[in-house]
Amino acid sequence: MALTRKRRRMVWLGLCAVGLGTATALVLTAFDDSLAFFRSPTDIAERSVPLDGRIRLGGLVAADSVERIGDGLTVEFLVTDTAYDQIVRYEGILPDLFREGQGVVAEGMLSPEGVFVADTVLARHDETYMAPEVAEALERAGHGPLIAPAAAGVEASTVDDHYGTDSLVQP
Amino acid sequence: MGTFFEMGGYAAYVWPAYGLATLVVVGLLVLSVRRLRSAERMLTLLEQARRERVDDGPDA
Amino acid sequence: MHRFANPARFMRLSARLLPWLAGATALLLAVGLYLALIASPPDYQQGQAVRIMYVHVPSAWLSMAVYGAMALASIAYLVWKHPLAGLFTKAVAPVGAGFTALCLVTGSLWGEPMWGTWWVWDARLTSVLILFFLYLGYIALVGAFDDAERGLRVGAVLVLVGTVNLPIIKFSVDWWNTLHQPASVGRLDGPTMDTAMLIPLLVMALAFTLLFAVLALVRTRAELTWRKVEVLRLFQAAGE
Repeated sequence: MALTRKRRRMVWLGLCAVGLGTATALVLTAFDDSLAFFRSPTDIAERSVPLDGRIRLGGLVAADSVERIGDGLTVEFLVTDTAYDQIVRYEGILPDLFREGQGVVAEGMLSPEGVFVADTVLARHDETYMAPEVAEALERAGHGPLIAPAAAGVEASTVDDHYGTDSLVQP
Repeated sequence: MGTFFEMGGYAAYVWPAYGLATLVVVGLLVLSVRRLRSAERMLTLLEQARRERVDDGPDA
Repeated sequence: MHRFANPARFMRLSARLLPWLAGATALLLAVGLYLALIASPPDYQQGQAVRIMYVHVPSAWLSMAVYGAMALASIAYLVWKHPLAGLFTKAVAPVGAGFTALCLVTGSLWGEPMWGTWWVWDARLTSVLILFFLYLGYIALVGAFDDAERGLRVGAVLVLVGTVNLPIIKFSVDWWNTLHQPASVGRLDGPTMDTAMLIPLLVMALAFTLLFAVLALVRTRAELTWRKVEVLRLFQAAGE
């Protein structure tokens, strides 16, 4: 069966698509490790990644782990991925969403004593979106603290966290 | 009403976001309609000119 | 598809559709804005900043959908030589670029108060920036050709090559550690978003989609009209 011109074009297109897709997949898997935006506490504990130079560490802020030290400008907390905890020290203003039980990404260097000294701390929030009254109801029903209070010693947020449980328009 | 504009303290972020969205939406619409209108005007002019030439005819 | 391949038929159909589409778009935008800014609750963690989502997410979805439409049209153009497909692709590219730019900037405006930074080079943000460059590259490439048809063909190939970026954008938050959180809506086990927030989001997304339809029709009509103008100009030049 002779290939019509249209069929020939389609075959060409298909082959190029497969070729391009394969090439991309190969390139991406080769780069996989370095495309990760952050390392986990496990990565650091098990030394499965180079630990010299700047690293980004991501995980959850462990409950009851946030402490102000020194003259109060520096804060220490634990970042956990439930397997390992990594102690992090940071001097500076923390993002609004920073709190215990919340996701966090810290950027900095690991000190020889095993303390991760961060110069940047970013909050990482999850994909859940809820109205405050729904979150409160879930908490009351025993689904664990969802609206964690700002961690002890961390400066209070300068913005309203809640707008009340009604919608914006005040009657 | 003031609390509405304050957006819980995030006004500096929320309002520029909506402002930019309005700009993009309105801008795309305005530019696209203008592009269409100018094409239509040009087409009318050219078709008119062509009709006049044809009316005059090669032997006029 | 072949029924819609006729440019004259397209012009007639689009003329009849446009008023309705424009009206529906205006209505949905008005309702969507009311829901987004007034009649929806703040988020339990993000507070009022969550309202940026109602602009950021629809523009993100559209930025990808427009590119997808351009890719499909490019296949129709290259394989079936569909007469409108090439012009459609050229027509909607600036719309896609606009949505992508809006997505990136509103994303930064959302990221600074919530994450603590205007930008990071994680897989999600980087791949969306690449999408923006693809749009710009396409517009520049097609515009650079004197031979319009040749430009459209080369542009179509560029679009198809760049299509590999779409699944990368979508799955970037699953395949790699990213700062950007995973999907809240396009998931197999249902949305992780309150209905009170999902509804405004979907209304805005629909409004943006209809807006795209309006712009696509207007701009494709413009491309077709400009092509007629070019043809008449050529006749005129040849006749003189």
